[in-house]
Amino acid sequence: MAPAGPRSGDAIFASAERVNAELFTLTYGAIVRQLLTDLEEVEEVNKQLDQMGYNIGIRLVDEFLAKSNVSRCIDFKETAEVIAKVGFKMFLGVTASVTNWDADGTCCSIVLEDNPLVDFVELPDTCQGLYYCNVLSGVIRGALEMVSMKTEVTWARDMLRGDDAFELQVKLLKQVPEEYPYKDDE
Amino acid sequence: MIGVGKVKQYSNVLDKPLSKGKQEVSLSAFAFLFSELVQYNQTQVDNIAELERRLEDAGYSVGARVLELLCHRDKGNRRETRLLGILSFVHSTVWKVLFGKVADSLEKGTEHEDEYMISEKELLVNRFISIPKDMGTFNCGAFVAGIVRGVLDSAGFPAVVTAHFVPIEGQQRPRTTILIKFAEEVLKREARLG
Repeated sequence: MAPAGPRSGDAIFASAERVNAELFTLTYGAIVRQLLTDLEEVEEVNKQLDQMGYNIGIRLVDEFLAKSNVSRCIDFKETAEVIAKVGFKMFLGVTASVTNWDADGTCCSIVLEDNPLVDFVELPDTCQGLYYCNVLSGVIRGALEMVSMKTEVTWARDMLRGDDAFELQVKLLKQVPEEYPYKDDE
Repeated sequence: MIGVGKVKQYSNVLDKPLSKGKQEVSLSAFAFLFSELVQYNQTQVDNIAELERRLEDAGYSVGARVLELLCHRDKGNRRETRLLGILSFVHSTVWKVLFGKVADSLEKGTEHEDEYMISEKELLVNRFISIPKDMGTFNCGAFVAGIVRGVLDSAGFPAVVTAHFVPIEGQQRPRTTILIKFAEEVLKREARLG
């Protein structure tokens, strides 16, 4: 049996090159502000942030697999745990926990204990419909799609909107079987 | 539930204690995000100058906030009022906080009195960037130039700030020089202060 991969991203994060979180936070803020100015509609900004996250996710998963040394997850439950414990730690230096499983194990919540995107942030009245951290849901969706899982990721709780935590709901829509990109007789 | 309750809620962002700024994220996370910033802006422009201007604008808003943050946290609500003071603040304090190190060099321009240069062998934002041939002199350092302009402008030192690649002999990758050209009034004021 293959040795179990790490169940925490602490060591990977500690050995990775890091940058000040404030630079990251403020840069993200600059992006959101630019989108709000360009697109005007809050709904459009949500979409664009999600798209950016998706673009990041499909590339980030490569680095994740290369550096994290995790073995293949046996089910979606394990996948969610790995995202929360290894993925979030490895890239953002924060941990998350998985909770609220539904009965058939295809839908759960990832609750963030700390969120470096939102330091210094307060939503003005004009932006109440904004999912400020929507980039994160895109990242998860994009990354999972690259490992054959179609998911839907939505915000269940958002502290910027007055909730008591950041909670992402991840719903597994379908598992796409792996296909060879070529036919045998070619 | 695990973790819930650890995060304290504040009704107002200003009530929240200011973090010490020691938190970190992985360099990759920043690089991915920055790449999206550049790619998005590429879809919004027709030419390189426009792209640099937009990156600079994004940086400007970061710089303005960095100044406020650092003056409050590191300098006891005081800020530099003299030219050399603010330049060394950018070169040392700002650089150290944002990029984890003091900038490689701070020099005065030899040809013009009002020009100063901050150079960095490998600017953080350019680490994973290679410029396609058809994009000519484009430099993602425009974002950092924007940060510098944001800090200077908000501190009362309006300037034109641009980023340039400067080839170094024997090295494959050029270094990036941030060129600061102060507005006339800044130098006049400086002369008056003696």
